[in-house]
Amino acid sequence: MSDTKNFMFLNRRAPYGTIYAWESLEVVLIAAAFEQNVSLMFADDGVYELTKNQDTAGIGMKNFSPTYRTLGDYEVRHMYVDKASLEARGLTADDLVQVEWEDWETEESVDNIVEVVDSERVAELLDESDVVFSF
Amino acid sequence: MPIEVDGKTLETDEEGYLVNLNDWVPGVAEVMAKEDDLELTQDHWDIINFLREYYEEYQIAPAVRVLTKAVGKRLGKEKGNSKYLYGLFPYGPGKQACRYAGLPKPTGCV
Repeated sequence: MSDTKNFMFLNRRAPYGTIYAWESLEVVLIAAAFEQNVSLMFADDGVYELTKNQDTAGIGMKNFSPTYRTLGDYEVRHMYVDKASLEARGLTADDLVQVEWEDWETEESVDNIVEVVDSERVAELLDESDVVFSF
Repeated sequence: MPIEVDGKTLETDEEGYLVNLNDWVPGVAEVMAKEDDLELTQDHWDIINFLREYYEEYQIAPAVRVLTKAVGKRLGKEKGNSKYLYGLFPYGPGKQACRYAGLPKPTGCV
């Protein structure tokens, strides 16, 4: 398809407290239906969106973190995490959920599409995108 | 409009989806199907059970495209197409099957 664009969803806020993280995720789920190249970037407090073992019982909010793990099924091929943001919060790649991707026809698969990248690569990736949605 | 299942009254929203996901029992699907003049077969239950498992794991109802692929993978390639799924759920596999399964309407489904 010639009019396929590279969509980048830039997530920079903590998962709860504002609606941005959830709204971004919903738009990603919808965008995937339009057969575009969808990538996600997590930076600043946005890296918390991907942390494992979230427990929202105390704040009365739905814990939507398990939903990120199905994004491979929605044809999302890349989920990038800014290394500096992760380190500044004392987190490592081991603290983040893993997201599998598999082509159900060819059975080609990737164990984890979550990738930690340095600041230079973050800038490059944003620059390469046709459309950047910032949340 | 509330529905009556196993002697209990369960709340539904204006489109007929269960308000409380935890209210679901298999009887919910039976009652809803009866209202639609549909008889549930094992093929229907395979889809309903898949949707419930998917929701349990990922906390959302899958888009039809995702459902179609997953069904093809789990239940056989001949079932992984929208023709088969619409044959089972004429009002749309996303909308109708999710409603029977007690899930919210899939995101992006109007």
